[in-house]
This record gives sequence, C-alpha cells and structure tokens, in this order.
Amino acid sequence: MESLAAFFDMGGYGVYIWPGYALTAVVMVGMLVASIRFLSSNEARLEALQAENGEPSDEA
Amino acid sequence: MIQKFANPARFIRLSQALLPWMAGLTLAFAAVGLYLGLVVAPADYQQGESVRIMYIHVPAAWMALFCYTAMAIAAAVGLIWKHPLADLAAKSTAPIGAAFTFLALFTGAMWGKPMWGTWWVWDARLTSMLVLFFLYLGYIALVNAFDNPARGIKASSILVLVGFVNVPIIKFSVEWWNTLHQPASVLKIGGPSIHPSMLWPLLLMALAFTTYYLWVLLLRLRGEIIANKIRVLRLRRVHGQA
Amino acid sequence: MKRKHKRLTFVVVALGFLALATALVLLAFEEGIVFFYSPTELTAKKPPAERRLRVGGLVEEGSVEKSGTVVTFRVTDLNNSVPVTYKGILPDLFREGQGVVAEGRLVGGVFVAAEVLAKHDETYMPPEVAEALKKSGRWQGGNP
Repeated sequence: MESLAAFFDMGGYGVYIWPGYALTAVVMVGMLVASIRFLSSNEARLEALQAENGEPSDEA
Repeated sequence: MIQKFANPARFIRLSQALLPWMAGLTLAFAAVGLYLGLVVAPADYQQGESVRIMYIHVPAAWMALFCYTAMAIAAAVGLIWKHPLADLAAKSTAPIGAAFTFLALFTGAMWGKPMWGTWWVWDARLTSMLVLFFLYLGYIALVNAFDNPARGIKASSILVLVGFVNVPIIKFSVEWWNTLHQPASVLKIGGPSIHPSMLWPLLLMALAFTTYYLWVLLLRLRGEIIANKIRVLRLRRVHGQA
Repeated sequence: MKRKHKRLTFVVVALGFLALATALVLLAFEEGIVFFYSPTELTAKKPPAERRLRVGGLVEEGSVEKSGTVVTFRVTDLNNSVPVTYKGILPDLFREGQGVVAEGRLVGGVFVAAEVLAKHDETYMPPEVAEALKKSGRWQGGNP
C-alpha cells in the first residue's frame, strides 16, 4: 500500500502529472465517443431516408 | 456521379477492414507505453518524476503538427484535383488536431509550473503553438459557416494553406530564437539526447497517438461521406426526382 | 434569414480567431521574439533602469547566497556575468550550473528580478547514468 501511495505521489509531482494524464484521457475518449456518435447518427439518418425513398439500404 | 461515389464506396469498405486494427493497435501501444512510462522508466537526473508528463506532452505536440501538416496536404489535394475525399479528410482531421494542440498546451502548463516556475510564458515556442490552436479553431468555424459545403471547404482550405507557414516556425522556434522552452531532444542532428529507457515509452506513446488519430479519422471520414450522401438524397427529393 | 444569420456568426468567429492569431504573432514581433538577453548583450546594451527585460544564462557556481527570503546569485554566459537579487520562491530546477531566466530591471549594474524561471536543456537520462558518465569523465552536459 505504501508503494502505491508513493506511486501516486510521484515524488511530489503527482499534483501536476495526474491532472495532465486525466484530462488527456478525458479529451481523447470524449473525441472518440463523439466521432462514433456522429457516424452512427448519420448512418441512421441515411437508412431512414433510403427507406422513405423506397431504395435498397445498401451500406456505402 | 457514379465516378464521384466510386472512390468513397471503396474507402468505406477499406475503413471497415482497418478500424478494428487501429482500435487494437491504439490500445496495445497505449497499454505498453503507459506501463513503461509510468512504472518502468526511471526518474530524470534533473527533473525527477515530473519528466513523466513528457510521455503525453511530446506525443500530443507532435500530433498537433502532424495533423496540421496532413490537413494542409489534404486541403492542397482538394483544391488542385477537386478530390472529394481529400476535402473531407481535411475537415475530419481539424477537430482531432485541435484536441491534440489543446492537450499539448495543457500538459505543457502542468510541466512548466513545477520545472520552470511558471504555467505560461510568451516565448516563441509557446506563442506559436497557441497560434496553431487558433488556426484550428478558425478553420472549424469557417468550414461550417457556409450553406454550400463546397464553398466552405474552399475558403477554409485556403486558410489552412496560409496558416501552414506557422508549422516550420513552431518546429524551429527553439533554434531561431531565445526561448524558455528547450530545443528538440529526439529529432535532432547527432541523434536523440534522451536515454533509451525514456525514449522507448515516448515512442510507444507517439505510436499510440498516431493510430488513435487514424482510428478517429476513419470514423469521422465515414460519417462525413454519409452526411454528403444524405445531402445528395435530400436535394434530389427537393427537386422531385426521388 | 436565420441561416444567413448563422453563417454570418461563423464567419465572424473564424475571422476573430484569425485576427487573434495575427495579433499574437505581431505582439511576439513587437517584443523582438527575443525572450531573454545574455549577460554579454546586457552589459553592451546598458538598458535604462525603468525598462523591464529578461536575462538568461547559467547560475554561476558558488555564487548563490540566501539570506532569509532574498537570494543573490550571478547569471553567466561564460564570458560575462550579471549579479541578480531576487525575493521570492525559486522553481524546483533552480540550482548552480543550471539554466535560468530572470525577469526584472537592471538597476546600477545589479539585476533586480521580479520573477526567476528555470530553463533546462534537452538531455534526459536516469540519475545513475548521469553519475556513471561523470565518473568516467565523459560528462558533456552542464553541472547539475
């Protein structure tokens, strides 16, 4: 447990290191999730549109 | 029309094959890179444990420049050869590059405070990096500003190409001028001045960031292609051809 | 009308960012892009005392003296050196032989610093490696 505390303390620099890593993770995961949502919502809209038009819903 | 869609269709098939690879590689590189960087790599002889911020700061800064360069090339190809995929690739890269630039600035502040004694200084490197961030934001605002997407792409492509002059300025700012920021450690004449035990986690994290970019780029690009297709279908319906 | 409005907003925002970027570049040129002067440049220039500027170089070996919260040291570029006085907290990397940038005014030959920043070089290595290099006499860096 003590070594774990030392790991998070990072020689006193943990207060700078961990916010840096945390925000990086948040931004990168956020960008990924937003991009997946952007893609799937567009896919759904295209499919709905093609169904209305009576076209075959060919992917791509 | 068929000609125009032939390429994007092939791209979508290709991207579907590539996506799982990019996802897997990103997770694998990041897992090994983080383990080496946070656990295995030693503390620096000068900077102690604070050096571990480097393993995200430097890859983020590299990718900020890489994405902008990729955007400039795509914008040029789009302007010259009117290649629709190139235009969409530039548009899809912008938010990813902006995110990397923001992260480079933020992690830099987190590193600068304990080491330099300040979150921020207006030296040539830091200022030119902030300019890059505003160039990304300007592009994103401009590309969405037009009702006619073709015109938005054209105007913002010109902005990207004009702004490209900033990229060599960022890279060489630390050599051309007196800066608080130190010169390059890895890409320099005479080989890297960074110990292999610290260079390996850095390179692995850089690989993880690169495959992450490709992963997100493929997703966004597919989204943009489908958005284009929706626009074409809507237009056709408005004109009563459906 | 509404779409036109939206488009106008976006163009204004884009131009705003571009203007901000240009302003930053011009501001950097205004300050001469030179972030700091070396002690040699400073002695040659003899700037007026009211001018706020920065001096950069290495902290001279054996020159650091602390009395209470006031620190005095000399900044050297190995040709010339300038005495600096500073009252405040020093960054973690501040040590003799290490790079430093001080911001303040040159008053009667003494640089009165309002802020002291540490500058480090581009070399990264574990402490044991630095120790071994020094022992074997292959040390090329500064003097940590």
